[in-house]
Amino acid sequence: MICSVTDNKLSIEKSDPGRRGLWCKNPLRAKAKLPAALLRKSPPRLPELAEFDVVRHYTRLSRLNFSVDTHFYPLGSCTMKYNPRFNEEAAALEGFAALHPLAHDTCAQGTLELLHDLSARLTELCGLDAITLQPAAGAHSEFTGLLLAKAYFEARGENRTEIVCPDSAHGTNPATASMMGFTTVNLASKPDGRLDVEELKKHIGPKTAVLMLTMPNTLGIFESNIEAIAKAVHEAGALFYMDGANLNALIGMVKPGDFGVDMMHLNFHKTFSTPHGGGGPGAGAIVCSKALAPFLPVPTVKKENGRYVSDFGDGRSIGKVKAFFGNTGVLVRAYAYMLAHSAKEFGEIAVAAILNANYVAALLKDLYPAYSKEYCMHECVLTPGADMTAKGLKTLDIAKGLLDRGFHAPTIYFPNIVHEAIMIEPTETESKETLDEFVAAMRDIHDKGIADPQALKDAPHTMPVKRLDEVQAARQPNLRW
Amino acid sequence: MSKPEELKYTKTHEYLHPGAEAIVGISDHAQHEMGDVVFVELPKVGQKLEKEKPCAVVESVKSAFDIYAPVSGEVTAVNAAVTGEPALLNQSPLENGWMFKIKPSNPAEAETLMDWTAYQDFVKQAAH
Amino acid sequence: MYIPHTKKDKEEMLKTIGAPSFEDLVKQVPSKFLWPKFDLPADSLDESQAAARMAGLAGKNCRPLNFVGAGAYDRYTPAAVKAITSRTEFLTAYTPYQPEASQGTLQAIYEFQSTVSALYGMDCANASMYDGASSFAEAVRAAVRVTGRKKIVYAAGVNPQYMDTLKTYFAHSPEYSYVKVPLKDGAMDHAALPALLEGAACLAVQTPNFLGLIEDMAGVADLVKKAGALLVAAADPVSLGLLAAPGDYGADFAVGEGQSLGLPLAYGGPYLGLFSCKKEHVRQMPGRIAGLTKDKDGRRGFVLTLQAREQHIRRDKAASNICSNEALCALAATVYSALYGPEGLKELAEANAGAAAFAAERLGAITGCSLKFKGPFFNEFVLSVPGKAAALREKALAMRGVDIGLPLAPLYPELGETLLVCATETKTEADILKLADAIKEAL
Repeated sequence: MICSVTDNKLSIEKSDPGRRGLWCKNPLRAKAKLPAALLRKSPPRLPELAEFDVVRHYTRLSRLNFSVDTHFYPLGSCTMKYNPRFNEEAAALEGFAALHPLAHDTCAQGTLELLHDLSARLTELCGLDAITLQPAAGAHSEFTGLLLAKAYFEARGENRTEIVCPDSAHGTNPATASMMGFTTVNLASKPDGRLDVEELKKHIGPKTAVLMLTMPNTLGIFESNIEAIAKAVHEAGALFYMDGANLNALIGMVKPGDFGVDMMHLNFHKTFSTPHGGGGPGAGAIVCSKALAPFLPVPTVKKENGRYVSDFGDGRSIGKVKAFFGNTGVLVRAYAYMLAHSAKEFGEIAVAAILNANYVAALLKDLYPAYSKEYCMHECVLTPGADMTAKGLKTLDIAKGLLDRGFHAPTIYFPNIVHEAIMIEPTETESKETLDEFVAAMRDIHDKGIADPQALKDAPHTMPVKRLDEVQAARQPNLRW
Repeated sequence: MSKPEELKYTKTHEYLHPGAEAIVGISDHAQHEMGDVVFVELPKVGQKLEKEKPCAVVESVKSAFDIYAPVSGEVTAVNAAVTGEPALLNQSPLENGWMFKIKPSNPAEAETLMDWTAYQDFVKQAAH
Repeated sequence: MYIPHTKKDKEEMLKTIGAPSFEDLVKQVPSKFLWPKFDLPADSLDESQAAARMAGLAGKNCRPLNFVGAGAYDRYTPAAVKAITSRTEFLTAYTPYQPEASQGTLQAIYEFQSTVSALYGMDCANASMYDGASSFAEAVRAAVRVTGRKKIVYAAGVNPQYMDTLKTYFAHSPEYSYVKVPLKDGAMDHAALPALLEGAACLAVQTPNFLGLIEDMAGVADLVKKAGALLVAAADPVSLGLLAAPGDYGADFAVGEGQSLGLPLAYGGPYLGLFSCKKEHVRQMPGRIAGLTKDKDGRRGFVLTLQAREQHIRRDKAASNICSNEALCALAATVYSALYGPEGLKELAEANAGAAAFAAERLGAITGCSLKFKGPFFNEFVLSVPGKAAALREKALAMRGVDIGLPLAPLYPELGETLLVCATETKTEADILKLADAIKEAL
């Protein structure tokens, strides 16, 4: 392994009193005169290191990670596609990076133009009318979307208290609903993984505010009854929210607005290739119909007499969901990605994403039965076969076996409705050769697992650490030095 | 030590040791299914509970389970030992791992719960 | 486009799948919806064309000499911070769901939590939130959960954007009430506290406050405790190189905007929400938390822990719906803090206080201008100006390319025509003299 096994120290353990990395020598320091009563009692316990110590420490840490750049990373529902270098270079341009969020509009014309054009292109891709780029992430977008729904119904004098979502939904859907004071109505999926339209009709009515539906759903299946679903929702006077987490399967191929979607969210760190950064930052958006537009968070950007200006709306806005404009640095990357694609090329993304997922499923389903017997969209949900289960092998063991073979594990144990789920999303940027290698690894795990189950249960063997004691971590939390 | 046969059980796997001050905990079967318990959140002494409403939480590493009141009544004592040492729920669910005591407001409610034989059948059936 | 597939690849893959054509794979989508017309540019740009377009847009943003702060600060980002955060093993990884393959990210998060805890003088911290505003809102939400009370008392000096965000979070619950502690000479009026705190969930206070003044926190925690409420404190992390930490004055929750720790301004984000608290509230922390543990061989390792609080498990019973954090920004802040260390952060804080003190001295001396408040301030202060502050700002920007500060009238009409002026360690004596000249000329 690339890392030294003897060095697993924290930065603080490498600290040496008096050692320095960077200085601040601005002579104006001498002008600082603050009353002693306001000062801190003791210095913060931070490491004292030379710059090189810091660089080597974190470079070493970086090498303990799997990442998209270094490893195939088929994490279902997370869309771990290639993050183009060009996006990074664009976002680092001083003109974008150094702009203060409260800069006068005259100083921000470039960024405002970018946001305006990005907004226009995204609403067109979604087949909807208006957009906010303020949410910081997908879950934050859901929150924004439900606030819009709340404001919309309040304006109509309607009191609707329920959010309906299928049991295959991402956990953020019910969590957001509850955070907003809504009651969640869970719908059991049909055996084929789809929403049961008859069940839906039984559960929606004058109390229903919103149906939240992920499309394709978390099983990688498209809701073929989409027209009937939209009709039922609208007949009940409710709104149809599309969770856009899986938009990579549909982009450029359909316009969600055509289905009757009233609003949807986007995850820029999924569909629009911005890096995941080890868990963030992301950026989100809510794209919506004309009816919901007046309630969008402010400011949005509009063009007036050839200038781009912040638009604070007509007073019906839900307000702010985040300080300032949104995660603009991430939006600059998404725009750079946008420039690299025509509508037709966006469609190519959907095609290749769907092709890749089906290819993997086709080559693995004899050993790892697929939950759905149909073709999948951009991801497939497999399960360990009966022969592996008989040996006591579980999805977790398969995941760890993949790490030993140089692949990041798929999403596991999700969706919750599939026992021992293995959710694979290859994304469009992976080549056939990579997929072949992944398939070979999965088949090897099966064969070796059957031959020597204990070895697989003990996996991983080649990583910087073996399986970790999560029980101790939770029972006696050690969260800091 | 409570014997399993002396207890009453709910379909959500809580047990009740009936009495004027009844004892509530989770069954041995439940602790097995949950895996290593890492955190327990108990109701407050004096809190009024309603039968079948959530009143406590038990967490394993990757799951959280609501505990439902087997009967209605007022909480008279809680077992602080399990908040400090959640493993007690795994090691000794019926004795040291009890969760709280309740003064039932309607003693007849206890009669609606399963006895040990019925609970064993219930667990067996659920496994199918 | 970034797709590797050749025509031959696609044909072979379809053959393996056993589908006659791609259209067979998407039969589940009603065909009437497939392949609509998009009103978008007919062709994409190649990389050099796209580079020119991006450079052109970046060039349309002007680069004034900036003295606007108000919650986002001009900071120098050290080269080593950029070098570490652009390592793609950090950049292109995701949430550490597989701990054995994510020890780098997990240890960095643990070190981040330690850094935030140390700076704020608190027991523990989470792996970060979206920004200072969302951290603030989540801390108040936590205080409401802990106390079961719905009255939120806040100092008038809390960043108005934080309050807006908080109110949006609670928009669904009209039963929440907000009670403002009035300003007295730009800071919280202590005399008003005991009466206002009755029945409150928390006192939310920011220091240095939005107007730059350092709140006197002596005795505040006692008043809060007496009322059975919790103390939520927001503080700029760089100020804590020098100023008393929230832990020093008894805060229960302490939050802040981590952008100060070397992140670019980037027109509002991505920033970094810092969230810390006392030990007894550890389970009230929203979002991801990394913990130290050991592997099967007894070797030290890190995992995400206390996960059962989170949305993917608790669903509608989760403390918060937050899913992502700002891990890369957290990494930047951790590296920044390690590079400067306790001494360097103290120097940075001194340079901020010194630059602002010098600017206040110069601007206060301009005829017609005066300092609005007398209390001690950190790196921002309120300047009263003759005439309209907004017009003055535009004039100075146009004439001298200096952004002289943020006009406060829209946010604090009671303060009259004023500017909130900020000077950080990035400003020199010469810069501040230019600022003074620009104001004089624009007057």
